[in-house]
Amino acid sequence: MQTLLALLVKHKFFLLFLVLELIAFTMIINNTYYQRYILINNANKVTGTVYQWKAGVSEYLFLKKVNTSLALENARLHERIERYQLGSEETHTYPQDTLTENKFEFIPAKVISNSINKRNNYLMIDKGQQHGIKPDMAVISSDGVVGIVINTSDKYSWVMSVLNSNAKINGRFLNTNFQGSLSWDGKNYRIGTFSDVPSHVNITTGDTIVTSGYSFIFPPDIMIGTVKDYYIDKGDHFYTATLLFSADYNNISHVYVVRNNERDELLSIITDISI
Amino acid sequence: MSQYLKVILQFLLLVLFQVLVLNNIRFAGYANPYLYILFILMLPYELPGWLLLIISFITGFTIDLFSAQQGIHTAATVFAGFLRPGILKLVLPKQDSVSGNYPSLQAMGVQTFLTYSVILVIIHHFSLYLLEIFRFSEIFRTMLRTGLSSLLTLILIIITQYLFYFKHQSDS
Repeated sequence: MQTLLALLVKHKFFLLFLVLELIAFTMIINNTYYQRYILINNANKVTGTVYQWKAGVSEYLFLKKVNTSLALENARLHERIERYQLGSEETHTYPQDTLTENKFEFIPAKVISNSINKRNNYLMIDKGQQHGIKPDMAVISSDGVVGIVINTSDKYSWVMSVLNSNAKINGRFLNTNFQGSLSWDGKNYRIGTFSDVPSHVNITTGDTIVTSGYSFIFPPDIMIGTVKDYYIDKGDHFYTATLLFSADYNNISHVYVVRNNERDELLSIITDISI
Repeated sequence: MSQYLKVILQFLLLVLFQVLVLNNIRFAGYANPYLYILFILMLPYELPGWLLLIISFITGFTIDLFSAQQGIHTAATVFAGFLRPGILKLVLPKQDSVSGNYPSLQAMGVQTFLTYSVILVIIHHFSLYLLEIFRFSEIFRTMLRTGLSSLLTLILIIITQYLFYFKHQSDS
C-alpha cells in the first residue's frame, strides 16, 4: 500500500496530466455525437453575449454588402410572386391544396460568429429555443444552403456549417434529377465535392445542384452550387464533381432556419417501420 | 502579489484577443493564429507542475467555450503544459544561469526563446488540428495547417515580445 502511495506521489505530475487529458477527450467525444449538456447550454449564454456584442460592432462594416444581397433576394421573391400570380390566374379554378401549405417555416436569424478556415467550421446564430429552434433544423441563406443546427440554448444556436467534415447533404442535379452527396474536403471554402453520381449521367460544367428534399432536414430545391469540374476515378462507377458554392460563406450575415412541420410525423413512420 | 496580478491580466488579455480578434482571421483559408498559447509559454518558472497543468486546462477550456467543438483546445493546451518543463530543461540546460522569473525573449535571448516557442507552438498546433479532424487520413493537410498557423502564431509572439520589451525599457 505504502509503495503504491509512494508511486502515486512520485508520478503525480504524469497522473494529473492523464486525468486532465481524459476529461478533455471525454469532452471531444461527447461533442462529436452532438450531445447537449447543461454545461454547454450555460456556456452558450456567456459566449453568445460576447459574440453578439462583437457582431454589433462588426455588423456596420458590412452593411452595404448585406443590403445588396437582401435587395437581390427581394427582387427574386417579387419575381416569384409575379409568376405565381400569373399562374394562378390561369388555374384559379383548381381548389388549393391546404395539406401542403406551410410545410416549411422560415425563422430569420443573424450570424454572430462564423469561421471558414478550420477543417470543421461552425456558425453561431442569435436565435435559440425561445424562438422555436431545435437541433437538426436546416439553415439556409438567400444564396443557398448554410448548415444544420446542432446545439441550442435559450437565445443562441450553434450551426454546423456545410464546410465541415461531418456535414453530408443530399443533393440533385436540377436538370436531370440525378442525386449525389455533398461534402467538403477542407481545402477551399468556395469549392465543394459532389460525389456518388452514377457514371451514365451526362454532366456539363455549370450544371446547377440543389438540395434533393429527400432528407427530413433540408427543403427541396435550395441552391447548393454549380458544377466546376468533374472526373471519374479508374475502376469506379461514380462521378465525382467539384462544385462552386452559390453562397459565399466568408460573407454570411442573415440566414433562415427552416422548420419542417411534418418532420415528427415522417420520423414516426420510419421508427414504425424499423420496429 | 503584483506578479500574480500580471499573470491574471495576461490571461484575460490573451483570451479576449484570441476570441474577439484572432478567431476571426481567415488568412488564406487555412491558417489561424493561436496566440493564447503564449500565456502558457510565459508562465513563471517556479510554478509547481500540478498548477501548471491546472492552469493549462483552464486556459484551453476557456478558449473551448467560445468554439462549437468542445475539448480540442483543452486537450492540446494540457499537452503543451505537460511538455513545457521538459522542453525548458532541453533549451536551458543550466537552470541557475536563467535571468528573470518567466521565459521571455528579453531574458532568454532570441535563439533560446525561439527554439523554445517553436517546439511548443508546433506541438500545440499539431495536436489541435489532429484532434479537430480526429483522423489520420488527411495527415498532410493537417501538417500544412500546422505549419502555416504556427508561422503566424510565432510572428505574433515575436511582435508581442518586442512590444513588451520596449515597454520595459521605458519603465526603467
